[in-house]
Amino acid sequence: MKKEFKVISQIIQNNKRVLDIGCGDGTLMEYLKKNQKNDVRGLEPKKNLVQKCISKGLSVIEGDAEKELIQFPEKSFDYVVLSQTLQAFLYPEEVLNQLLRIGKQTIISIPNFGYWKIRLHLLFKGTMPVTKNIPYDWYNTPNLHMCTIQDFVNFCNSKNIKIDKSMCLTNEKISEITNKNMKYKNIFSQLGIFLIQ
Amino acid sequence: MNSDTVNIKKLIIKQSLELDCGKSIKNFPLAYETYGTLNKDKNNAILTFHALTGDQFVTGINPITKRKGWWTFAVGPGKAIDTNKYFVICANVLGGCMGSFGPTEINPETNKIFGTTFPVITIKDIVKAQKFLIDHLGIKKLLAVVGGSMGGMQALQFTSSYPDAAYSTIPIACSASHSAQNIALNELGRQAIMADPNWKKENSTPNKGLAVARMAAHITYLSKQGLQEKFGRKLQDKGSLKFSFDADFQIESYLRYQGSTFVDRFDANSYLYITRAMDYFDLEKQFNGNLSLAFKKTKSKFCVISFSSDWLYPTSENKEIVIALNACGANVGFVEINSDKGHDSFLLNVPEFLKTLSEFINSTYNDIK
Repeated sequence: MKKEFKVISQIIQNNKRVLDIGCGDGTLMEYLKKNQKNDVRGLEPKKNLVQKCISKGLSVIEGDAEKELIQFPEKSFDYVVLSQTLQAFLYPEEVLNQLLRIGKQTIISIPNFGYWKIRLHLLFKGTMPVTKNIPYDWYNTPNLHMCTIQDFVNFCNSKNIKIDKSMCLTNEKISEITNKNMKYKNIFSQLGIFLIQ
Repeated sequence: MNSDTVNIKKLIIKQSLELDCGKSIKNFPLAYETYGTLNKDKNNAILTFHALTGDQFVTGINPITKRKGWWTFAVGPGKAIDTNKYFVICANVLGGCMGSFGPTEINPETNKIFGTTFPVITIKDIVKAQKFLIDHLGIKKLLAVVGGSMGGMQALQFTSSYPDAAYSTIPIACSASHSAQNIALNELGRQAIMADPNWKKENSTPNKGLAVARMAAHITYLSKQGLQEKFGRKLQDKGSLKFSFDADFQIESYLRYQGSTFVDRFDANSYLYITRAMDYFDLEKQFNGNLSLAFKKTKSKFCVISFSSDWLYPTSENKEIVIALNACGANVGFVEINSDKGHDSFLLNVPEFLKTLSEFINSTYNDIK
């Protein structure tokens, strides 16, 4: 299981209800179900991945978060997880509002567009950055709304969204983001992981 | 209609069953069949529900019609629902014509065949009768209840009526309340039956109207694309158009065949009763317009499956069920299977579907073992 999922699973307490949005092949869900006795549900737009999840005994619904989240009642999950997908939605702000409505807490991770390699790529090559974490060209990328860690934090502040925890990942190394090290982390982190409500 | 139903398994239900119509019945037969072996813990039983024209003979050769069971692709040794591993049960529905209490039975009070004097039954009544069978077999909790089309409606009703009676519920290609379009199509079939001068209220077969009803219904089970690919405008006798009303096109000939063979195995009055039960099915209404309340009490794990080309019970109607389940925090998975075979997909060899079905059941079994 990738490091990001380990970080997310450590945030989630045992025996809680979790909704994993864009759950893929259900790796995180399976881990949470088996090791932390979480009551997990998933939402995934790709049929083949949904079938994979169902075959693992995971309750996953085929569907698009931008259309489907509305059906879940308020605060019906202890945690809603959205891993590296916010930037791919047509209306990320609306999706985020839904997450905050459904979950008592929301765990969200974003690929950091402020990472130094990305900055240098644009600065020196003058072309849209293509990195290991963001491996798409401008014409085929699903990522419509890239942002930086700083952008996301600013956004939360402006919308009165409470950030309970902020972590970042660089080359598998995990650390905490604080007000003090924010500028530094915004340059040197590949991924931001936030617990918000 | 073959009335040689003497040698099939029947449970005589002695208890009184209160029907939705207000009447009650008792001492009535429920014909059923089982496959595989019930294990010691009695936790490997799967109750399958048949659709409108099915019967209890799920797989193998149907001893009455001598044709393959209706769910041979999905059920049997080594199949998606593996009878080497699971104990599969299926009962002929109340109102049916394969040995269960229905309009072809003799009314002991008049010594005549019931015909249309048989009480109108509902999906809820059908399911109640089957619960008696499950109790009779000594099964406290089924591993799964599963069915497609009207079978899916029974699965939904079963888990709603008996929230603790099944570990998992698999409604396939169905709806929680019969749509206006589906009621209309059923009414078309019923009117075809009743317009036939040979149709009699007491004893109905053979019946040309039933064949027409079947032909119309059969079209609704297929997709436009599927029909086009299979038949196109192909002619029956390679030559040219005959400028008559004989079956020039292969599709005509195919439908006529479907209609005529159906009449041999099915009773027209049963068709009236069972289509009525489908039309009356409205789980939402049973719970005062809130479908979620139908599943509020159950811990059963749901796997809802629809097919992309099914226009009779389209994905949107299956999704209504999923939405209601989510709204009450039930345990639900859902997938739409890509298939061009229309509503009939659940009866056919659609590998993605069979794989999903098999793996869902196997994982549920592993979880409870």
